[in-house]
Amino acid sequence: MSTLAHVFEAAGLSTIVFASMLEVAEKMSLPRGLYCEFPLGRPLGKPSDPAFQRDVLERGLTLLEATAPVLERYPEVIETDEAPMVCAMPPRFDPDVPPAVDEARGLRAAYDRALVARGVTGVGRAIDVDTIAAALDVLHQWAHGASWKDVPLPGKNTVAVGHDIRAYYEEAATELVTGPAPGGRAAEAWFFETTEAGKTMMEARKALQEQEAPFPFWFYMAPAHR
Amino acid sequence: MTTPADATMRAYAATLPVPEFESTAFTRLGKPLSEARVAIVTSAALHRPDQEGFGQAETGFRALDRSDRNLVMGHWSPNFDHTGFRLDLNVVYPIDRLEELAAEGVIGDVAPRHFAFAGNQPDTVSEIRLDTGPACAAELIKDAVDVVLLTPV
Repeated sequence: MSTLAHVFEAAGLSTIVFASMLEVAEKMSLPRGLYCEFPLGRPLGKPSDPAFQRDVLERGLTLLEATAPVLERYPEVIETDEAPMVCAMPPRFDPDVPPAVDEARGLRAAYDRALVARGVTGVGRAIDVDTIAAALDVLHQWAHGASWKDVPLPGKNTVAVGHDIRAYYEEAATELVTGPAPGGRAAEAWFFETTEAGKTMMEARKALQEQEAPFPFWFYMAPAHR
Repeated sequence: MTTPADATMRAYAATLPVPEFESTAFTRLGKPLSEARVAIVTSAALHRPDQEGFGQAETGFRALDRSDRNLVMGHWSPNFDHTGFRLDLNVVYPIDRLEELAAEGVIGDVAPRHFAFAGNQPDTVSEIRLDTGPACAAELIKDAVDVVLLTPV
């Protein structure tokens, strides 16, 4: 983003970067930057809060009055909520399949409702929605000793499949969680710490590491701090 | 103060090499904001479902129409929140807020097209600097854009 600001200004455009990394913004000598210490992934700060988003935008637009490069801070900091969001989950239904597979099947109705409500899905990077449970079944096998070389993962790319599984779960959860929007890392914490799919992904990731699979195969299946 | 995961990411980012610019290009807006055309460029790897998704470490961009709302976040990093965007795309791509600012006359106009890159770029960012960045600037200028809002994820 900072590089683009330089390129765009050189081409004759006026830019405002809503910067999320202060040190990077400082080192890169932005033309105009508003540093916003908000949860990463939320540059306007608060979902479903038009007044707040508008205030951020208007503060950014005031930087157009500056006569030289400028970097200001948005006065409010939004802390990232790392406590898992609370989401009712389907009960165990079929004891003959791995818990994550059972769980994923149980979430399908909520996912379908979310798709109708939102009109678009993040699932489909490597696998479609009908393959989520099958992918979890393979991750379960990897976690329990199967070799990733012998038991292929549908969609092949572990990182892309990981995104698809998380998208499926988090979209379904939007239909199951009530109350205020979850904070910055509440959905991540919910997924990796409380769902069977998240636990299975973490176990499969560890198994891949132990099987000496290439680093990018397993590392990017979960956030770096996990 | 942020809580550990985001703070860790910020501390890590601060250690990464960044491209150095000897001088800061600076274009003053030569007209009142109320007459300026504004576009959004985001690094959230947004695209319509009918557009090709972003590859890992892709340096290209996608054009989004002013009316597009059903967008997918195709960013490859697992290290930031995606749920805010799922709940309200304006938290990443404030297109509805821009329409409101235009309707009230705060800004002159909303650009007909907006653009998305993927934030996870190679460290040198030479492609964005020399190739796709200037190409995107040319598209913005073709649309008579004056001001660009850059929203990173």
